Amino acid sequence: MGVEVVVEGLTKSFGKQTIWGDVTLTLPPGEISVMLGPSGTGKSVFLKTLVGLLKPDAGSIFIKDVNLAKCSEHQLYETRKLFGVLFQDGALFGSMNLFDNIAFPLREHTRKGESEIKQIVSEKLEMVGLTGTEKKLPGEISGGMRKRAGLARALVLNPEIILFDEPDSGLDPVRVAYLNQLIVDLNAQTDSTFLIVTHDIGTARTVPDNLGLLFRRELVMFGPREVLLTSEEAVVKQFLNGRREGPIGMSEEKDAAQVAAELAAMTDDEPPAPGTGPKGASGTGVPPQLLPSPGLPERKAAGRRQERVMQMLHTLPEKAQVAVRAALDEEHAQYESAHPQASVS
Amino acid sequence: MAAVSLTSGVKQAGRLFALFLDVVRLAFKRPFQAREFIEQAWFLASVTILPTALVAIPFGAVIALQLGTVTRQLGAQSFTGAASVLAVIREASPIVCALLIAGAGGSAICADLGSRKIRDEIDAMEVLGISPVQRLVVPRVLACMLVSAALNGLVSVVGVAGGYFFNVILQGGTPGAYLASFSALAQLPDLYAGELKAVIFGLIAAVVASHKGLNAGGGPKGVGDAVNQSVVITFLLLFFVNFVLTAVYFQVVPPKGS
Repeated sequence: MGVEVVVEGLTKSFGKQTIWGDVTLTLPPGEISVMLGPSGTGKSVFLKTLVGLLKPDAGSIFIKDVNLAKCSEHQLYETRKLFGVLFQDGALFGSMNLFDNIAFPLREHTRKGESEIKQIVSEKLEMVGLTGTEKKLPGEISGGMRKRAGLARALVLNPEIILFDEPDSGLDPVRVAYLNQLIVDLNAQTDSTFLIVTHDIGTARTVPDNLGLLFRRELVMFGPREVLLTSEEAVVKQFLNGRREGPIGMSEEKDAAQVAAELAAMTDDEPPAPGTGPKGASGTGVPPQLLPSPGLPERKAAGRRQERVMQMLHTLPEKAQVAVRAALDEEHAQYESAHPQASVS
Repeated sequence: MAAVSLTSGVKQAGRLFALFLDVVRLAFKRPFQAREFIEQAWFLASVTILPTALVAIPFGAVIALQLGTVTRQLGAQSFTGAASVLAVIREASPIVCALLIAGAGGSAICADLGSRKIRDEIDAMEVLGISPVQRLVVPRVLACMLVSAALNGLVSVVGVAGGYFFNVILQGGTPGAYLASFSALAQLPDLYAGELKAVIFGLIAAVVASHKGLNAGGGPKGVGDAVNQSVVITFLLLFFVNFVLTAVYFQVVPPKGS
């Protein structure tokens, strides 16, 4: 089972400019979480702070009782072995071919023999669908392949926390769909904790268990997907619907009067018609989550999450409660149609 | 504004020194990256040998021409060789070495590390639990020191040979007198000091280039800026350090005949 990541009061600034302040959230073990946010709100900075590449100004990040914000360099390097990170462009080592890239962490951190390394590497390459490209250099393959190769390298040490920095950037919609399915499948197979940073709404709607939104130098909201997908909060609504009316402006946030005017002008608070929203931002409500491919085990995190959400159900907003119950009913109906005898007894 | 640039300057110097300490500490940490060291040494040698030799020939020639005129004016032709060797070994070769190691070697190191930095390769390496300083910087610094020492030898030989050629063939000096006076002024510690200088220059050039490369940011332009700054900073540092080392040297090793 994956590791829980507890972030408390995290604040980061460059010089006098605060990137975000007082971010508090918990990534539940084994679940998939997505962090959304307009461009330039420091999503990538958040990711880099989480793995200790950047030091926060205040706050703490607890992973297995180690506070990454304050621990020694030795502890930091040890804790990082729990992490797998997929960088935006894969961040493959340009001077090595794909095989050496993926074998790199194994050669550095384990005493495995070459034949064993070869076996593990080809297994990971198969997982991401890149069999047969071992000898290629990163410069010779497409961006999507580099990303998948970067994912294979991130997976090679069997990490317990996997972070994705905009896995959809620079990919066509079909490849994004494949990659999303791959993420869900990987989660089912490894039961690791996943955090995806993105602004692709399609991904945010269907992949994660939990959603968060960074805006205006703070974490606006973080919680089960039903909460954000049904939220009435203006920023959340604007972002998930990909529309211009709302607090988020082109370059900076807008002033309050303009926002109020715009929102008032939208008489019927209708979501965009299907197919009109950019970046997958169309449709309403809480669409069903992606399931692992047939033949793979069920996601263990899904069961744990259901228990967790049911326990906190009474604290959630009304609309979110309805959505959670609806999803549950749906699941029951599916289960019963799949197992007719079970319902008889 | 002045205060801001002052503190940022001090910060830069502090970070540079911190990297230097890290390099010293991690240089003794196993496993030593022998392969990277050899590759880098080969690479640095290949980008510096030819320019160094080509710079050394006219440098030696200029010294020979200047000295040839001066010694004739003073009536000390027999000391032309002695003075030329002294000038080349003590000063000219470490300086040529410094220019080339900073200009050709340092800029290559900085560009390489900088482009890795902006492609997130350095971050990826750290996340994989591997110290980029140990893995990339230490072998580069050691390779740079080795190549710098070797270059110093090259410049000394080429410079003295160039001086000989210009003095004897073009200015009509006497070969015997030129060669015989070699050790009249110069002494063995001069050569040691020159080599020591070259090694220190190699160290400084590589550490500055690595520091600038590892802290490059802001896309391809950031890498260009980093390379530019690293060459300028290295030049400033090397000429200053050269002055200090020379001043110390004359206190420690008394010149011949005094």
